[in-house]
Amino acid sequence: MAGGAQAAVLAAAGLVVWFAARNAVMNLGRLGINTGFGFLDRPAGFAISQHLVDYDESSTYLRALEVAVLNTFVLALVAIAGSTVIGFALGIARRSSNGLLRALATGYVELLRNVPLLLQLFFWYFAILRPLPPPRQSLTLLGVIFLNGRGLVLPRPEAAAGFGLALAALIIGVVLALATVFWLRLSRARTGSGPSPWLVGSALLIAPLLFVMIAAPPIVWDLPQLRGFNFVGGVTVLPEFVAIAVALSLYSAAYIAEIVRAGIDAVSRGQVEAARALGLKSATINAKIVVPQALRVIVPPLGNEYLRIFRNTTLAAAIGYPDLTLVFAGTAVNQTAQAVEVMLIVCGCYLAFNLAVSAGINGYNRRIARSYR
Amino acid sequence: MRKLLWGLSLAMLGLFGLATTEAATLDDVKQRGKLVCGIAPNIAGFAFADDKGVVRGFDIEFCRALAAAVLGDPDKIELKPFQPRDAFPQLQNGAVDIITGRFTWTFTRDNGAGMSFVMIYSYDGQGFMVRKASGIKSATELNGATICIGQGTTTELNIADYFRAHKMTYKIVSFAELDETRRAYESGRCDAWSNDRNSLAARGLLLAKREDHEILPETISKEPIAPIVRKGDPQWLDIARWTFNALVTAEELGITQANADEQKEKSENPEVKRLLGAIDNLGSKNGLSDDFAYKAIKAVGNYGEIFDRYIGPKTPLGLERGLNRLWKDGGLLYSPPVR
Repeated sequence: MAGGAQAAVLAAAGLVVWFAARNAVMNLGRLGINTGFGFLDRPAGFAISQHLVDYDESSTYLRALEVAVLNTFVLALVAIAGSTVIGFALGIARRSSNGLLRALATGYVELLRNVPLLLQLFFWYFAILRPLPPPRQSLTLLGVIFLNGRGLVLPRPEAAAGFGLALAALIIGVVLALATVFWLRLSRARTGSGPSPWLVGSALLIAPLLFVMIAAPPIVWDLPQLRGFNFVGGVTVLPEFVAIAVALSLYSAAYIAEIVRAGIDAVSRGQVEAARALGLKSATINAKIVVPQALRVIVPPLGNEYLRIFRNTTLAAAIGYPDLTLVFAGTAVNQTAQAVEVMLIVCGCYLAFNLAVSAGINGYNRRIARSYR
Repeated sequence: MRKLLWGLSLAMLGLFGLATTEAATLDDVKQRGKLVCGIAPNIAGFAFADDKGVVRGFDIEFCRALAAAVLGDPDKIELKPFQPRDAFPQLQNGAVDIITGRFTWTFTRDNGAGMSFVMIYSYDGQGFMVRKASGIKSATELNGATICIGQGTTTELNIADYFRAHKMTYKIVSFAELDETRRAYESGRCDAWSNDRNSLAARGLLLAKREDHEILPETISKEPIAPIVRKGDPQWLDIARWTFNALVTAEELGITQANADEQKEKSENPEVKRLLGAIDNLGSKNGLSDDFAYKAIKAVGNYGEIFDRYIGPKTPLGLERGLNRLWKDGGLLYSPPVR
């Protein structure tokens, strides 16, 4: 009986979709609007200011999509990393025994999370742009790194003759070091003495690489040079990227700080006091008792925060950072006039990212939840 | 995969509905009792709020003229400002009856996008604004420059074409909001700011020190600016087209807002009488009153008057008529005969 009801609901849903699709086909046909995803194979014809893969005006819309997706990804990853580091530091500071540190961290959290992100973004963008000089008066570090209103210009590493060799040496070093550390730790556990495994391991890790690097340089640097309006060569980190990455990191850090603080608070004080009574060092108490239990509380909301960062990257469009929203939901919609298809692609991409992040977080959460239960 | 996406997109469209089940825009407008126009976001001269908060300008006058022609009252309008990238979907889904904004008529927009262009009401071309201090005197010196532009315009494609044709490189920074483009240029993010020349002149008025900047002499594209209506409603397209043609014809015939009444009463010129609806009953051939052109002219004046009132040499914008002069004065404005 229940199966019959489910089938009926499914059939009704199918009917709605079918009706909607038929309605849309008729409307689009009557309006003479092109339909379908054929435009993805056509040349896009516009430039994109940051592309991590080859792209120019003759590239296709599909390629433009790839560029835009990568730009969104890079931004999200940097913002997630930044906000996590800052957020954890702040969260711990919120429970510090130092009153000044505690007050500062509280002030930060209250300020940053109560000002709309878009305003913070504009603040950072124009705060970064305004004081920076034009390219000819760039601030420079040793004549190889330059900072100006067009961005941060860095030398670009390029693989040279010795690159393959260096890579091989690095792999050998890693294997050697891991094996040695493993063996030394075993022997230390057995005998209670012997050389520090970390020291020997690091030496083994670096030695082969150092040897190769002296023999044949694995990397040459493409140095930026001032020519005409701007620097040629090197890589440029766009000020738009810096602004949105900073704004997102600082903003989300405030939320992550609260999540971390709640996680720490969730570990009962009795456990810490008991550990102290047993004479454990405070570092050990944190590493073995507080952090593992706090993580169980921290991870699920932290995952939500990461998803939010992903969605908040769309604000980058407001300052002209070429993310998925700017390039596709902006330029491509207008140039192709196929709003329905383009918006579907954009929504589909964000949905896919978020489901992927969500799945990752859930997996991690299951693992730590199980191992400490 | 594409098929799946296509199916999904159709589903979305159907569910959220293109609100255009009826093609007769004229009936909708009459029933509603007001004309809804999509316009450019705040731009001096073309569409701006005056000191009483009323939105006025060159673009708005065409909306008012059409409202006068169709509803007999130029004030029965509702204005919806859109950033360029949002405007087309809003027209397509029926949120506005017409766009009287700053959009260029191109093949792609006219074919397969569900839109029809009415008539060219301003001939423009893309230019560049630079800082005087940069010493740049010509667009051909822009090799390697960083250029700020507004998004969702023909600008993005023209720049690509121009720089490739001249074998120059460039960097583009595009903004969704036109005012953000100006602010970024002003902050030194870009060497040049590009847009249609008239829009540069208008938006340039908001620069803190306009005198430190100048527009380079080169015009790198043709930008025929035209109002847009939905495709598939030929009657509405014709109504809009002939209302605007009437404003141009009025200038040719010397009919002004001030003398329209007198001309209608006393003129012996059959062309004038025909335009103002005294003879030949033209308007009723297309669902309008016979004096639709008279009402439009009475409401906003002829093309030349509109130009002079909002963007001409005596306004802060100070634009020359240039290509927008009548054909008999050496310009491109040429209305098909109203007969």
